[in-house]
Amino acid sequence: MSNPQQLRYSKEHEWLSAAEDGVSTVGITEHAANALGDVVYVQLPEVGDTVTAGETCGELESTKSVSDLYSPVSGEVTEANEDVVGDPSLVNSAPFEGGWLFKVRVSEEPKDLLSADEYTEFAG
Amino acid sequence: MSNAPRLTALDALHRSLGATMTDFAGWDMPLRYGSERDEHNAVRTKAGLFDLSHMGEITVTGPQAVDLLNYALVGNIGTVGLGRARYTMICREDGGILDDLIVYRLGEDEYMVVANAGNAQIVLDAVTARAQGFDATVRDDRDAYALIAVQGPESPGILKSLTDADLDGLKYYAGLPGTVAGVPALIARTGYTGEDGFELFVEPQHAEKLWQALTEAGAPAGLIPCGLSCRDTLRLEAGMPLYGHELTTALTPFDAGLGRVVKFEKDGDFVGREALTAAAERAESAPPRKLVGLIAEGRRVPRAGMSVVADGTVIGEVTSGAPSPTLGKPIAMAYVDAAHAAPGTPGVGVDIRGTHEPYEVVALPFYKRQK
Repeated sequence: MSNPQQLRYSKEHEWLSAAEDGVSTVGITEHAANALGDVVYVQLPEVGDTVTAGETCGELESTKSVSDLYSPVSGEVTEANEDVVGDPSLVNSAPFEGGWLFKVRVSEEPKDLLSADEYTEFAG
Repeated sequence: MSNAPRLTALDALHRSLGATMTDFAGWDMPLRYGSERDEHNAVRTKAGLFDLSHMGEITVTGPQAVDLLNYALVGNIGTVGLGRARYTMICREDGGILDDLIVYRLGEDEYMVVANAGNAQIVLDAVTARAQGFDATVRDDRDAYALIAVQGPESPGILKSLTDADLDGLKYYAGLPGTVAGVPALIARTGYTGEDGFELFVEPQHAEKLWQALTEAGAPAGLIPCGLSCRDTLRLEAGMPLYGHELTTALTPFDAGLGRVVKFEKDGDFVGREALTAAAERAESAPPRKLVGLIAEGRRVPRAGMSVVADGTVIGEVTSGAPSPTLGKPIAMAYVDAAHAAPGTPGVGVDIRGTHEPYEVVALPFYKRQK
């Protein structure tokens, strides 16, 4: 699997797009989606919520287990992907595209986000 | 003793198929090959191929094999005909369930007991200990067999193309020796999926050849390899208990709603008789918690160990839960107080990480195949 070069990645397996007008998009990586198995339920942060880098902001439920969703950055949520709430399988089928999770107006970002190559090595 | 996981004869094949592997009772087993939902649906509508070589086979032979089994187990093995199989249990002296089992009668005085992987040693030890004084031999055959299951509505047609055995004459819960794809096999019409299907006990050296032959013969009919993840959702939809979840040493068969497997009328004493007699009487006078089905109104998934609640009070506990591919909703099996066990009981919920999610109480199973 290939991790898009233009994104950056957290060690909790989220990806973060480059900011446009200060807003970045967040999702989970294909590696994480594969590890979860079929995602059947997602709970996302709501518009206006403040999220904090490295802290829980939602959950992803698959056939076998439930996993916390962490935010890779701090900021205010500007949009949650309602499509993925309605069809959680988008997380598996298009983790870097239609399966994005939320958008955030970034106030602070940790210094240890990984490049695509670093993440590929990290995720093995 | 080594802590390295045990590998089945099909291990290299699973890895070449890209299976996600998982530890299961000390065995490295395929969890899924691709999407567990696709695998589940294949078994419901077409066919699925499973490696179940982790199951534990114990052979009991000798003039008193049947007497030993009648003493060691709670079922009446004396009424199992040649070539037939029986679902039964082995209990402790106090009535607690040690394991649920399938016993196949392979010969006049030859039986094969199939135990769950996690309990195989416990069952082997118990049957061996209980064999004292009986003219019978208990043999550990765990390494003698690989077990491959073909499950789903297309499975009879697939198997027929590979064997001359009389599958039409083979009833549910029966087994006969035969040859499949040139491989000697015990062909059993059993399974754990709620579908028609077969379990094939073969020598491990033949497992790969048989798997490949079934894969090729089944591909046109839609057969795909399936892992333990979909096996769990299949059996859950079919309302079948899983040891460690619905069945434990803390429960008697009567507590689990499976008192019918205990045959007090059989000849001779059996381990647990006294405690089970008391348990049967208790079940009559003061019904224990009942095993029920729960169907979610929402989308959050109940998991084993979560509390079942009504009016803010805990009334039971989830034993198994998963999203049901067939129903399209999360489902669970749960033990609940008798007062809340009737199908349609209003106001029942599951405490999912602090939120009481509404659930409908239903009778088991969730899914029954059309015959």
